[in-house]
Amino acid sequence: MIQARVTVTLKNGVLDPQGKAIEGALGTLGFDGVGQVRQGKVFDVEMDSADKEAARKKLSDMCEKLLANTVIEDYAVDIL
Amino acid sequence: MKSAVLLLPGLNRDRDMIAALTKISGAPPVTVWQTETEIPDVDLIVVPGGFSYGDYLRCGAIAARMPVMEAVREKAAAGVRVLGVCNGFQILLEAGLLPGALMRNASLKFVCKEVSLEVANAQTCFTSQYEAGQVIRCPVAHHDGNYYSDAETLARLEDSGRVVFRYANGSNPNGSMNDIAGIINESGNVLGMMPHPEDLIEPAHGGEDGAGLFRAALDIAA
Repeated sequence: MIQARVTVTLKNGVLDPQGKAIEGALGTLGFDGVGQVRQGKVFDVEMDSADKEAARKKLSDMCEKLLANTVIEDYAVDIL
Repeated sequence: MKSAVLLLPGLNRDRDMIAALTKISGAPPVTVWQTETEIPDVDLIVVPGGFSYGDYLRCGAIAARMPVMEAVREKAAAGVRVLGVCNGFQILLEAGLLPGALMRNASLKFVCKEVSLEVANAQTCFTSQYEAGQVIRCPVAHHDGNYYSDAETLARLEDSGRVVFRYANGSNPNGSMNDIAGIINESGNVLGMMPHPEDLIEPAHGGEDGAGLFRAALDIAA
Protein backbone atom coordinates (compact mmCIF):
# COMPACT_ATOMS: atom_id res chain seq x y z
CA MET A 1 0.00 0.00 0.00
CA ILE A 2 1.35 3.40 -0.95
CA GLN A 3 0.29 6.49 0.95
CA ALA A 4 0.43 9.60 -1.20
CA ARG A 5 -0.25 13.26 -0.62
CA VAL A 6 -1.43 15.53 -3.42
CA THR A 7 -1.18 19.27 -2.85
CA VAL A 8 -3.18 21.61 -5.07
CA THR A 9 -2.40 25.32 -4.99
CA LEU A 10 -3.55 28.33 -6.98
CA LYS A 11 -1.21 29.38 -9.77
CA ASN A 12 0.80 32.53 -9.27
CA GLY A 13 -1.15 35.56 -10.37
CA VAL A 14 -4.57 34.00 -9.78
CA LEU A 15 -6.48 36.09 -7.27
CA ASP A 16 -7.31 34.25 -4.05
CA PRO A 17 -10.10 36.09 -2.19
CA GLN A 18 -10.20 33.37 0.48
CA GLY A 19 -6.47 33.58 1.14
CA LYS A 20 -6.81 37.37 1.41
CA ALA A 21 -9.60 37.02 4.00
CA ILE A 22 -7.48 34.59 6.03
CA GLU A 23 -4.52 36.97 5.79
CA GLY A 24 -6.73 39.73 7.20
CA ALA A 25 -8.01 37.51 10.02
CA LEU A 26 -4.46 36.58 11.04
CA GLY A 27 -3.68 40.29 11.29
CA THR A 28 -6.83 40.80 13.38
CA LEU A 29 -5.62 38.09 15.76
CA GLY A 30 -2.42 40.03 16.26
CA PHE A 31 -0.02 37.82 14.29
CA ASP A 32 2.45 40.32 12.91
CA GLY A 33 4.96 39.78 10.15
CA VAL A 34 2.50 37.74 8.03
CA GLY A 35 2.96 38.28 4.29
CA GLN A 36 0.70 36.90 1.62
CA VAL A 37 -1.51 33.89 2.48
CA ARG A 38 -2.69 31.55 -0.26
CA GLN A 39 -5.25 28.82 0.33
CA GLY A 40 -4.91 25.37 -1.24
CA LYS A 41 -6.09 21.79 -0.88
CA VAL A 42 -4.49 18.57 0.32
CA PHE A 43 -5.63 15.08 -0.70
CA ASP A 44 -4.30 12.01 1.12
CA VAL A 45 -4.71 9.10 -1.24
CA GLU A 46 -4.09 5.41 -0.55
CA MET A 47 -2.93 3.47 -3.58
CA ASP A 48 -3.14 -0.29 -3.71
CA SER A 49 0.26 -0.70 -5.36
CA ALA A 50 3.90 -1.28 -4.53
CA ASP A 51 5.25 0.51 -7.58
CA LYS A 52 5.96 4.10 -6.51
CA GLU A 53 6.68 5.40 -10.00
CA ALA A 54 3.51 3.89 -11.43
CA ALA A 55 1.53 5.33 -8.51
CA ARG A 56 3.05 8.76 -9.04
CA LYS A 57 2.13 8.65 -12.72
CA LYS A 58 -1.43 7.60 -11.93
CA LEU A 59 -1.77 10.37 -9.34
CA SER A 60 -0.56 12.98 -11.83
CA ASP A 61 -3.18 11.70 -14.24
CA MET A 62 -5.80 12.06 -11.48
CA CYS A 63 -4.71 15.65 -10.94
CA GLU A 64 -4.95 16.46 -14.64
CA LYS A 65 -8.39 14.87 -14.93
CA LEU A 66 -10.08 15.77 -11.64
CA LEU A 67 -8.15 16.82 -8.53
CA ALA A 68 -6.82 20.08 -9.97
CA ASN A 69 -8.31 22.58 -12.41
CA THR A 70 -5.16 23.30 -14.36
CA VAL A 71 -6.63 26.56 -15.67
CA ILE A 72 -6.13 28.06 -12.22
CA GLU A 73 -4.26 25.47 -10.14
CA ASP A 74 -0.89 23.72 -9.90
CA TYR A 75 -0.40 20.39 -8.19
CA ALA A 76 2.38 18.41 -6.52
CA VAL A 77 2.43 14.66 -5.82
CA ASP A 78 4.38 13.26 -2.85
CA ILE A 79 4.73 9.59 -2.08
CA LEU A 80 4.96 9.39 1.72
CA MET B 1 -37.78 22.99 -31.57
CA LYS B 2 -37.14 20.41 -28.89
CA SER B 3 -35.10 20.89 -25.75
CA ALA B 4 -33.54 18.77 -23.02
CA VAL B 5 -32.61 19.59 -19.44
CA LEU B 6 -29.86 17.67 -17.65
CA LEU B 7 -30.52 16.41 -14.13
CA LEU B 8 -27.72 15.88 -11.64
CA PRO B 9 -27.88 15.43 -7.86
CA GLY B 10 -27.69 18.76 -6.09
CA LEU B 11 -29.04 20.89 -8.91
CA ASN B 12 -32.03 22.90 -7.68
CA ARG B 13 -32.89 25.25 -10.53
CA ASP B 14 -33.91 22.48 -12.91
CA ARG B 15 -37.63 23.00 -12.28
CA ASP B 16 -37.42 26.74 -13.02
CA MET B 17 -35.66 25.86 -16.25
CA ILE B 18 -38.20 23.20 -17.20
CA ALA B 19 -41.04 25.64 -16.47
CA ALA B 20 -39.41 28.37 -18.59
CA LEU B 21 -38.78 26.07 -21.55
CA THR B 22 -42.29 24.65 -21.31
CA LYS B 23 -43.85 28.09 -21.19
CA ILE B 24 -41.81 29.45 -24.08
CA SER B 25 -41.78 26.45 -26.42
CA GLY B 26 -45.24 25.13 -25.52
CA ALA B 27 -43.87 21.66 -24.83
CA PRO B 28 -41.99 20.30 -21.83
CA PRO B 29 -38.29 19.55 -22.36
CA VAL B 30 -37.08 15.98 -22.03
CA THR B 31 -35.03 15.40 -18.89
CA VAL B 32 -31.77 13.47 -19.01
CA TRP B 33 -30.23 11.90 -15.92
CA GLN B 34 -26.47 12.12 -15.30
CA THR B 35 -25.77 8.44 -16.00
CA GLU B 36 -27.29 8.50 -19.50
CA THR B 37 -24.77 8.06 -22.28
CA GLU B 38 -27.06 9.32 -25.01
CA ILE B 39 -29.17 12.45 -25.29
CA PRO B 40 -32.33 12.32 -27.42
CA ASP B 41 -32.51 14.26 -30.65
CA VAL B 42 -33.07 17.84 -29.48
CA ASP B 43 -32.09 21.31 -30.69
CA LEU B 44 -31.17 22.79 -27.31
CA ILE B 45 -29.57 21.15 -24.26
CA VAL B 46 -29.70 23.09 -20.99
CA VAL B 47 -27.50 22.52 -17.96
CA PRO B 48 -29.40 24.25 -15.15
CA GLY B 49 -28.16 25.82 -11.93
CA GLY B 50 -27.82 24.63 -8.38
CA PHE B 51 -25.15 22.93 -6.35
CA SER B 52 -24.31 19.70 -8.16
CA TYR B 53 -22.53 17.29 -5.82
CA GLY B 54 -22.73 19.92 -3.10
CA ASP B 55 -20.03 21.97 -4.86
CA TYR B 56 -17.54 19.41 -3.51
CA LEU B 57 -13.96 19.71 -4.79
CA ARG B 58 -14.80 22.68 -7.05
CA CYS B 59 -18.15 23.95 -8.32
CA GLY B 60 -19.22 21.74 -11.20
CA ALA B 61 -16.05 19.61 -11.09
CA ILE B 62 -17.67 16.28 -10.33
CA ALA B 63 -20.75 16.85 -12.48
CA ALA B 64 -18.47 17.64 -15.41
CA ARG B 65 -17.02 14.10 -15.21
CA MET B 66 -20.38 12.29 -15.30
CA PRO B 67 -21.23 10.12 -18.33
CA VAL B 68 -23.93 12.47 -19.63
CA MET B 69 -21.33 15.19 -20.17
CA GLU B 70 -19.58 13.03 -22.77
CA ALA B 71 -22.90 12.94 -24.62
CA VAL B 72 -23.18 16.74 -24.29
CA ARG B 73 -19.69 17.07 -25.73
CA GLU B 74 -20.65 14.96 -28.76
CA LYS B 75 -23.87 16.91 -29.32
CA ALA B 76 -22.06 20.24 -28.97
CA ALA B 77 -19.46 19.12 -31.51
CA ALA B 78 -22.32 18.24 -33.87
CA GLY B 79 -23.65 21.81 -33.55
CA VAL B 80 -26.50 21.30 -31.08
CA ARG B 81 -27.07 24.41 -28.96
CA VAL B 82 -26.01 24.09 -25.33
CA LEU B 83 -26.85 26.58 -22.58
CA GLY B 84 -25.33 26.43 -19.10
CA VAL B 85 -26.73 28.72 -16.41
CA CYS B 86 -24.98 29.35 -13.08
CA ASN B 87 -23.82 25.93 -11.87
CA GLY B 88 -24.45 24.84 -15.46
CA PHE B 89 -21.88 27.42 -16.61
CA GLN B 90 -19.44 26.13 -13.98
CA ILE B 91 -20.02 22.57 -15.26
CA LEU B 92 -19.39 23.57 -18.90
CA LEU B 93 -16.11 25.25 -17.87
CA GLU B 94 -15.01 22.25 -15.82
CA ALA B 95 -15.89 19.99 -18.76
CA GLY B 96 -13.66 22.09 -21.02
CA LEU B 97 -16.54 23.09 -23.31
CA LEU B 98 -15.80 26.74 -22.51
CA PRO B 99 -12.47 28.35 -21.52
CA GLY B 100 -11.55 29.82 -18.13
CA ALA B 101 -12.76 29.23 -14.59
CA LEU B 102 -15.21 30.67 -12.07
CA MET B 103 -13.66 31.55 -8.73
CA ARG B 104 -15.15 32.48 -5.36
CA ASN B 105 -16.86 35.92 -5.46
CA ALA B 106 -14.38 38.69 -4.63
CA SER B 107 -16.63 39.73 -1.72
CA LEU B 108 -16.58 36.11 -0.45
CA LYS B 109 -20.34 36.49 -0.08
CA PHE B 110 -23.16 34.62 -1.75
CA VAL B 111 -24.96 37.18 -3.91
CA CYS B 112 -28.67 36.95 -4.62
CA LYS B 113 -30.02 40.03 -6.37
CA GLU B 114 -30.92 41.60 -9.67
CA VAL B 115 -28.16 42.94 -11.92
CA SER B 116 -28.05 44.95 -15.13
CA LEU B 117 -26.78 42.91 -18.01
CA GLU B 118 -25.39 44.34 -21.22
CA VAL B 119 -25.87 42.26 -24.34
CA ALA B 120 -22.29 42.56 -25.58
CA ASN B 121 -22.89 40.42 -28.65
CA ALA B 122 -26.38 40.30 -30.17
CA GLN B 123 -25.30 38.19 -33.13
CA THR B 124 -25.37 34.81 -31.44
CA CYS B 125 -28.15 32.24 -31.75
CA PHE B 126 -28.99 32.99 -28.11
CA THR B 127 -29.09 36.78 -28.25
CA SER B 128 -30.47 37.59 -31.70
CA GLN B 129 -33.69 39.00 -30.22
CA TYR B 130 -31.79 41.67 -28.29
CA GLU B 131 -30.01 44.77 -29.61
CA ALA B 132 -26.23 45.05 -29.31
CA GLY B 133 -25.50 47.09 -26.21
CA GLN B 134 -29.03 46.65 -24.86
CA VAL B 135 -29.13 46.49 -21.08
CA ILE B 136 -31.56 43.97 -19.63
CA ARG B 137 -32.50 43.02 -16.08
CA CYS B 138 -31.54 39.60 -14.78
CA PRO B 139 -31.31 37.93 -11.36
CA VAL B 140 -28.10 36.35 -10.09
CA ALA B 141 -27.68 33.90 -7.19
CA HIS B 142 -24.22 32.46 -6.71
CA HIS B 143 -21.11 32.20 -4.54
CA ASP B 144 -18.59 31.41 -7.27
CA GLY B 145 -19.19 33.61 -10.29
CA ASN B 146 -15.91 35.46 -10.46
CA TYR B 147 -14.78 34.73 -14.03
CA TYR B 148 -11.06 34.23 -14.51
CA SER B 149 -8.93 33.30 -17.48
CA ASP B 150 -5.32 33.86 -18.47
CA ALA B 151 -4.59 37.07 -20.39
CA GLU B 152 -4.23 35.31 -23.72
CA THR B 153 -7.62 33.57 -23.45
CA LEU B 154 -9.26 36.78 -22.28
CA ALA B 155 -7.87 38.68 -25.27
CA ARG B 156 -9.05 35.94 -27.61
CA LEU B 157 -12.57 36.06 -26.13
CA GLU B 158 -12.74 39.84 -26.34
CA ASP B 159 -11.30 40.07 -29.85
CA SER B 160 -13.73 37.54 -31.29
CA GLY B 161 -16.93 38.85 -29.67
CA ARG B 162 -17.24 35.81 -27.45
CA VAL B 163 -18.12 37.83 -24.36
CA VAL B 164 -21.89 37.71 -24.82
CA PHE B 165 -23.10 39.24 -21.53
CA ARG B 166 -21.42 41.79 -19.29
CA TYR B 167 -22.52 43.20 -15.94
CA ALA B 168 -23.50 46.81 -16.67
CA ASN B 169 -23.86 50.05 -14.75
CA GLY B 170 -21.38 49.02 -12.07
CA SER B 171 -23.46 45.98 -11.11
CA ASN B 172 -20.61 43.42 -11.27
CA PRO B 173 -21.55 41.31 -8.23
CA ASN B 174 -18.51 39.05 -8.05
CA GLY B 175 -15.30 40.70 -9.29
CA SER B 176 -15.46 38.95 -12.67
CA MET B 177 -12.71 39.99 -15.12
CA ASN B 178 -13.90 42.61 -17.64
CA ASP B 179 -17.37 42.39 -16.01
CA ILE B 180 -17.90 39.08 -17.82
CA ALA B 181 -21.27 37.46 -17.10
CA GLY B 182 -21.50 35.08 -20.06
CA ILE B 183 -19.29 33.68 -22.82
CA ILE B 184 -19.78 31.56 -25.91
CA ASN B 185 -17.60 28.93 -27.55
CA GLU B 186 -15.74 29.43 -30.80
CA SER B 187 -18.44 27.77 -32.93
CA GLY B 188 -21.13 29.92 -31.34
CA ASN B 189 -23.39 27.12 -30.12
CA VAL B 190 -22.35 26.72 -26.45
CA LEU B 191 -23.23 29.59 -24.09
CA GLY B 192 -22.44 29.75 -20.38
CA MET B 193 -23.73 32.51 -18.12
CA MET B 194 -23.99 33.16 -14.38
CA PRO B 195 -27.29 35.13 -14.33
CA HIS B 196 -30.64 33.32 -14.47
CA PRO B 197 -32.70 34.42 -17.51
CA GLU B 198 -35.20 31.61 -16.76
CA ASP B 199 -36.31 33.54 -13.70
CA LEU B 200 -37.48 36.62 -15.59
CA ILE B 201 -39.69 35.37 -18.39
CA GLU B 202 -43.27 36.31 -17.46
CA PRO B 203 -45.11 39.24 -15.87
CA ALA B 204 -45.56 37.24 -12.65
CA HIS B 205 -41.76 37.27 -12.32
CA GLY B 206 -41.81 41.05 -12.45
CA GLY B 207 -40.41 41.19 -15.97
CA GLU B 208 -39.80 39.28 -19.17
CA ASP B 209 -36.27 40.34 -20.06
CA GLY B 210 -34.99 36.75 -20.09
CA ALA B 211 -37.61 35.37 -22.45
CA GLY B 212 -35.87 36.58 -25.61
CA LEU B 213 -32.89 34.36 -24.92
CA PHE B 214 -35.01 31.21 -24.89
CA ARG B 215 -37.12 32.28 -27.86
CA ALA B 216 -33.95 32.93 -29.85
CA ALA B 217 -32.33 29.67 -28.78
CA LEU B 218 -35.48 27.78 -29.81
CA ASP B 219 -35.97 29.73 -33.06
CA ILE B 220 -39.32 31.11 -31.91
CA ALA B 221 -40.20 34.52 -33.35
CA ALA B 222 -40.33 37.44 -30.92
